Amino acid sequence: MMTGAEIVIRCLQEEKVDYVFGYPGGAVLHIYDELFKQDKVKHVLVRHEQAAVHAADGLARSTHKVGVALVTSGPGATNAVTGIATAYMDSIPMVIISGQVPSYYIGQDAFQECDTVGITRPCVKHNFLIKDVRDIAMTMKKAFYIANTGRPGPVVVDIPKDITAAKCKFDYPNDVHMRSYNPVVKGHLGQIKKAVQLLLGARRPMIYTGGGVILSNADKLLTKLTRRLGFPITNTLMGLGAYPATDPQFLGMPGMHGTLEANMAMQHCDVLLAIGARFDDRVIGNPENFASLPRKIIHVDIDPSSISKRVRVDVPIVGNVPDVLAEMIKLIEAEQGKTEIGDWWKEIEGWRSRQCMNYKLKNDVIMPQYVIEKLYEITGGNAIITSDVGQHQMWAAQYYKFDQPRRWLNSGGLGTMGVGLPYAMGAALANPDLQIVCVTGEGSIQMCIQELSTAKQFRLPIKIINLNNRYLGMVRQWQEMFHGSRYSESYMDSLPDFVKLAEAYGHVGIRVERPEEVEGALKKAFIEHKDELVFLDILTDREANVFPMVAAGKGLADMILAEDL
Amino acid sequence: MRHIISILLENEAGALSRVAGLFSARGYNIETLTVAPTEDSSLSRLTIVTSGSDEVIEQITKQLNKLIDVIKVVDLSEAAHIERELMLIKVRATGKDREEMKRMAEIFRGRIIDVTDSTYVIELTGSGPKLDAFIQAIDAGLILETVRTGVSGIGSGDRILKV
Ligand SMILES: Cc1ncc(C[n+]2csc(CCOP(=O)(O)OP(=O)(O)O)c2C)c(N)n1
Repeated sequence: MMTGAEIVIRCLQEEKVDYVFGYPGGAVLHIYDELFKQDKVKHVLVRHEQAAVHAADGLARSTHKVGVALVTSGPGATNAVTGIATAYMDSIPMVIISGQVPSYYIGQDAFQECDTVGITRPCVKHNFLIKDVRDIAMTMKKAFYIANTGRPGPVVVDIPKDITAAKCKFDYPNDVHMRSYNPVVKGHLGQIKKAVQLLLGARRPMIYTGGGVILSNADKLLTKLTRRLGFPITNTLMGLGAYPATDPQFLGMPGMHGTLEANMAMQHCDVLLAIGARFDDRVIGNPENFASLPRKIIHVDIDPSSISKRVRVDVPIVGNVPDVLAEMIKLIEAEQGKTEIGDWWKEIEGWRSRQCMNYKLKNDVIMPQYVIEKLYEITGGNAIITSDVGQHQMWAAQYYKFDQPRRWLNSGGLGTMGVGLPYAMGAALANPDLQIVCVTGEGSIQMCIQELSTAKQFRLPIKIINLNNRYLGMVRQWQEMFHGSRYSESYMDSLPDFVKLAEAYGHVGIRVERPEEVEGALKKAFIEHKDELVFLDILTDREANVFPMVAAGKGLADMILAEDL
Repeated sequence: MRHIISILLENEAGALSRVAGLFSARGYNIETLTVAPTEDSSLSRLTIVTSGSDEVIEQITKQLNKLIDVIKVVDLSEAAHIERELMLIKVRATGKDREEMKRMAEIFRGRIIDVTDSTYVIELTGSGPKLDAFIQAIDAGLILETVRTGVSGIGSGDRILKV
């Protein structure tokens, strides 16, 4: 016989969970007691539950594992909600265990009671409230299974305190069968054949891929297919690293801050192969405008509800991306020769020659783009880069060339400021051999700044690149462009001295104010202080803007380029 | 267009709110919703009447299928089907209205199941539109209360929704 709490921990061990990120409280005391008695599952004590979920999410994004967080009832659970919603929007596999008041108190407004299952319902793939100790093992098994199969997502398991104290026999199920949940795997062969015929007959083809390729570990197959076809390719913000960014077939990122060549090719292609992407409004701009041009669209996705949601698709293929790609490659390799698309490439090279990513360096102020370029150099393009949300996020995505998957972690769907540092913590724990960098802004970093304390406790040698423009830069940019430069509340007054702040937490802080200091400061951080957390507070051009840009609601071809200004 | 969507779902706590929550979160409308366990008490059968363009209905069925507790979804209105709804309607029945109400109930094949000096309760079964028609047909000023169950539907003949 085991207690429910012991069973919870045994389930985590069975699932080979290395790290649980969490914060204790009354409703989870039994579970924490069991954590204490073993050492297989390591617990990372964060300083705020939001960061527990983000850190577990960062671990999941940077590996291929399910991220696990543990929080108490009431405020513990509500604090976790932002993290859960963030993971949900980006389809990240996670299991969040929340304590609940004793089952006989539920519904009585007990101390620290909240309806966790109700509150999280719209932002989880699924959730459970356990009512019997005998259900814990099967529910945990289901939670991991649901989180990490099909289109992944977060699963919440809410466990009342009395259930964690009750006892029963532990028996972890080997597998799980659910009559109501059978994710598809293989794509429909007839559809795949149709798609291949379209691709081989294309004159102006384009490949567009999203986070689905990364989540399903299909990067190698994607690269093989793309090289074999010789087609141009773009990866969305969530899909960066799925295809090597330094390869000539790569056109850069599409969308609101995508490259001219990627957006024009998306807009003007005759056959678009979309893989594990969802035609997000930040990617295709105005859907009516996008749909107004004739092109055949092939859409491969594991989630049927992603297909024909925002854009009508001609050849839908519901299936697991790697399986579908493998099938496509087989069919294409059986064909002779290559599709002749020389004219199309000429047109693309024309757009590419406009060099839309060029920016002007300044002598006296640091350009944020330059910092990212230098960061790319010093890390050899091999670091895991996490970011927060804002201009710095776009610059990191634009100027750091990701050649590998799972090296770029950011909140693309929900756009949650505050994820950067916790993502870096999760990534650092799971990837001790890689350099971990958090590119952030002085607004975002303050949303989870307390985690500097956790990072100290676990000696995580994260390098924080704070592109400090003393503005909520992305907000200010929109106000400049669309609200008559009325900078309503986008100014960051009374900033802390970040160097002293870093030092107060026991880290190294470096302030960088002049362009010529950037390289030296980066070297100092990455070489001299290799094993420490270094907070680089880099004062950048206050009013630098992110270009190119497609304004919200406009068509993809309607781009504002830096050179136009 | 009006659609009748039938759902087989796990008879578990919270399953109904997942379905209802999906409709409100994604801005789909629910005209009626009925739910009850089936002959297998681990399963609930739910019928929703909704409306929307073909694209919206396609999304609704896909999103419903994505819910973990949902086992099967079918758009009954795609093919031959039968729909029924039960209405209890309390009307004022005095003077000459008394005879008139009785006559209307008969025309619509309703039954008067409760009688007082001044009121009737009429029970009426039929498709949603038929019940609407009855309400239209009688003097609105005489209606005291209406209670409708919402539509239940089932496919005709060999169309069977089962696990
Ligand atoms: C939690 C949260 N609140 C508000 C926003 C809206 N928002 C988007 S970008 C941004 C400004 C971010 O400023 P900063 O972190 O300094 O980065 P910068 O844009 O200056 O690089 C804001 C407020 C958000 N994305 N997330």
